[in-house]
Amino acid sequence: MDIRVQIDPFIPGALLDEFSGVQTGAGAIVSFTGLVRDLDGELQAMEIEHYPGMTEKALMQIIEEAQARWPLLGTLIVHRYGTLTANEPIMMVATASKHRKAAFEAADFLMDYLKSRAPFWKREITAQTADWVDATKADEIALKSWD
Amino acid sequence: MTLDVLYFAWVRERIGVGRETIETAASTPRALVDELRSRDTRYAMAFSDLSALRVAVDQQLTEMDASLQDVREIAFFPPMTGG
Repeated sequence: MDIRVQIDPFIPGALLDEFSGVQTGAGAIVSFTGLVRDLDGELQAMEIEHYPGMTEKALMQIIEEAQARWPLLGTLIVHRYGTLTANEPIMMVATASKHRKAAFEAADFLMDYLKSRAPFWKREITAQTADWVDATKADEIALKSWD
Repeated sequence: MTLDVLYFAWVRERIGVGRETIETAASTPRALVDELRSRDTRYAMAFSDLSALRVAVDQQLTEMDASLQDVREIAFFPPMTGG
């Protein structure tokens, strides 16, 4: 279990190499990288706020839940906070398992859970606006689908 | 009891601080919200729609009617938008 909550940028490929390099016995690795959307060129910055202390605990609980459901050999969650610009990586999850199905499903589960259960809040800054991003019904529905 | 109360995102902006220490006898987050609302319009604005808010007690997501017994830290914030 590797959890990183950081202000610094990261290079998804390098992180994936690092994650892959420490797995033993894995036959499948799945990763997902989330990027800052550019809002058709309008975005000047994305600000991400989080709740230090709770964030790490929540991510750990989400990974523990995934480990209870699938036979995972390794898990990684990295999530940035602070000020980001368009197209920068925001976050990444990676899962390793013996077979691909568990790795795919667990990565999907980790994403659905961390979207709605990890204490991060995004704000999109354009020339005219500085709006907090609203949680969507689709996010809640995705979460419920794992019940 | 003395509680550390934290606010995030637009809740923090409406209240004007990210963290404060409050002396209260409230037994649930909902009771604390009612008490704060009566103190100042800033709180009334931030807490106008409880269905739009989430609460964490000692850094654990919970319900508005959870017990505040032996709790040290409580946080109010909008639904989370990570990922």
